[in-house]
Amino acid sequence: MLNKLKRAALGAHTPHDKATAASKPVPMPLPAQVRILMSQHIGAPAKALVKKGDEVFVGTKIGEAGGFVSANIHSSVSGTVAAVEPYRLSNGRMCDSVVIKTDGKQTVDPAVQAPEVTDKASFLAAVRECGLVGLGGAGFPTDVKLQPKDPVDTLLINASECEVWLTSDTQEMLLCADDIIRGIQAVLKYVGIPKCVIGIENNKPECIDLLCQKTKDTPEIEVKPLPSVYGTGAELILIEKCLGREVPHGGLPAAAGAIVMNVTSVSSLGKYLATGMPVVSRCITVDGDACANPQNLIVPVGTSYEDVLNAAGLKPGVTLGKVVAGGAMMGPAVKDLSYPTTKTTSGLIMLSDVAAQPPQVNPCIRCGRCVEYCPMGLEPVEVNQAYAARDVQTLGKLHVDYCFNCGSCTFVCPAKRPCTQMMGLAKAFYLGEIKKGGNK
Amino acid sequence: MDTKLIVSASPHLRSEETTTGLMANVIVALVPCVVASAIIFGLRALLVTAVSVVASVAFEWLYCKLLKKPNPVGDLSAVVTGIILALNVPVGMPIGELIVGDFVAIIVVKQLFGGIGMNFANPALVGRIFLFISFAGEMNTWVYPDAAVDQLSSATPLKVADPSKLSLLDLFMGVHGGVLGETCALAIVLGLIYLVATKTISAAIPASYIGSMFIFYLISTRSLHGALVGVLSGGLLFGAVYMATDYVTSPFTLKGKLIYGVALGIVTFAIREWGSYAEGVSFALLFMNLWVPYINDLTRQTPYGYIKPAKPAKEAAGK
Repeated sequence: MLNKLKRAALGAHTPHDKATAASKPVPMPLPAQVRILMSQHIGAPAKALVKKGDEVFVGTKIGEAGGFVSANIHSSVSGTVAAVEPYRLSNGRMCDSVVIKTDGKQTVDPAVQAPEVTDKASFLAAVRECGLVGLGGAGFPTDVKLQPKDPVDTLLINASECEVWLTSDTQEMLLCADDIIRGIQAVLKYVGIPKCVIGIENNKPECIDLLCQKTKDTPEIEVKPLPSVYGTGAELILIEKCLGREVPHGGLPAAAGAIVMNVTSVSSLGKYLATGMPVVSRCITVDGDACANPQNLIVPVGTSYEDVLNAAGLKPGVTLGKVVAGGAMMGPAVKDLSYPTTKTTSGLIMLSDVAAQPPQVNPCIRCGRCVEYCPMGLEPVEVNQAYAARDVQTLGKLHVDYCFNCGSCTFVCPAKRPCTQMMGLAKAFYLGEIKKGGNK
Repeated sequence: MDTKLIVSASPHLRSEETTTGLMANVIVALVPCVVASAIIFGLRALLVTAVSVVASVAFEWLYCKLLKKPNPVGDLSAVVTGIILALNVPVGMPIGELIVGDFVAIIVVKQLFGGIGMNFANPALVGRIFLFISFAGEMNTWVYPDAAVDQLSSATPLKVADPSKLSLLDLFMGVHGGVLGETCALAIVLGLIYLVATKTISAAIPASYIGSMFIFYLISTRSLHGALVGVLSGGLLFGAVYMATDYVTSPFTLKGKLIYGVALGIVTFAIREWGSYAEGVSFALLFMNLWVPYINDLTRQTPYGYIKPAKPAKEAAGK
């Protein structure tokens, strides 16, 4: 009750549309070529190590981390490098990309060997070498994450998968529970964290049962069922729900004594430690009302969206209206289907032109739902007014910079206003003005 | 698949709830009151309600037509205003005067300030106060229920000299003098349950408003009966459920709602006990409506991860 007085943070009840939850991932047909981006992570882009004409294999390192916060990039196919060329990322920046013509053999690079890990240093070196990044979407380099500046007492595994439609994490848990446990134990042992909490939303009972069973002899790993409310899977909110702590604004989870890893990331780490194969392909959920065969596909990194969508097929008689890369709530709409998948692409959603039509926007009735449902305790309705007036001081008082674009406010708005978009614009405006130093 | 794709900002899903849907919920919640008013005061109650609804919708449609604005009638908010205003007048209210009230509510209070979501006070409330002051005679001519035979039929319960003799059951069922919608507590409670169950409104404002009034009466009358009579009389229940919870003119946060409800209780009680009017709900609501922006400003939520500025100097630098 007292917490509700502080902030309501009800959490939007998004529909649990997970049609592919029981769909075992199957490899998609090998594409003719892949385009592997040198920036699939937060931080500096990797530097391409190959040039046109080079022969590469599955797992060959083709990009070297371009800084401390950066990650190595590996080839997802065997074949010949057709080009190393700049490519415009979805965020508007330019970045190098390596185009590889596949030879269809998928020969594994002989250099792919299970790493020798004996202590913390060799463990971190191995994590850095494999180029692992947060696979939940953010793409933060894992080796950087595992070297926190603050003391950490808990490894939190984010297995909530609260996004609508996506089920790749669910399948990862059902099929690779042993890899997950191996990854967790390695992190606990070498980074020196005493305990681990796996947070899973209670709409995935089979995952909870399986992981509970697998961890019954490992008291340091706790499986924590969480309420199925949208927003649970956001790193900050997960820390609050599992540990009852808040990360101070602007801080990393380590400031609240936690490291948060996505369940597929930790599973990939477990696989790498056992086999030496870095993340070169991943499970992608293909779903949506325009999709003929909603399913989970194992997709080599760098496959174009179009190839993935063709593998699942368009429903006959339906016009494709919108493609969303990721989940319904936070995934960006795709403007160009030739864009390549990355390590962090978790889903591709095909919406028909009917479902993709934007709703009619009505006047705000100040019902306050955006306030009640904001997981961060912000007040979009007030931000809207302050932003309309370009009132920097009030935007600061309303903490618009805390917004992480979860989409809850737009989802719940009965007037169908694009609140989240407005929050994003207001935040960018506010931060820009602060940077300029105006309106102090 | 070389179709042109629609690109829009996330999220790509919306809840089922719409403005029209919420207004429809309020209308459904008002149905028990309308039915009760027809039973208690006779069929003219239905005529009054129908006229008020038609007049409200017509004013809204005409205004937007004349000013070439998008037609907002479909959102049903004018229907809600019409019903609430009708339920705020006595059954004998002359039709012409009622239409003037609708004009004030829809044109002056709502549309001139920018339409739905922009009104500074509840339109139906100001319409009622306008009628109350302009046509004091008609607004205070309680037409009494046919069914009531005891002393209740002679006056609104707030003006009864000895409230301790009032029957709580009569008060609860609404067989006493008053405006159309306010008398039947049973109907209002049904409406409240519906509104809260459908999550149209939060129970915080009605609970804190009625709760604080109950406590004030308990203290002042020192009897449970007295407190219940005070709560069940006059427009308190109707105002607390249907008018104080108006989205536009009530605070956003739970903290704000509780403060708003208790403040409403204090002002209403003060007007009823020490003011020159027997009924205080309307003026208390209008008074508190004007405070809402300030309440909102003072009762913000604490955002996740908020760090209290350590030093004033640091805060100045950060902002």
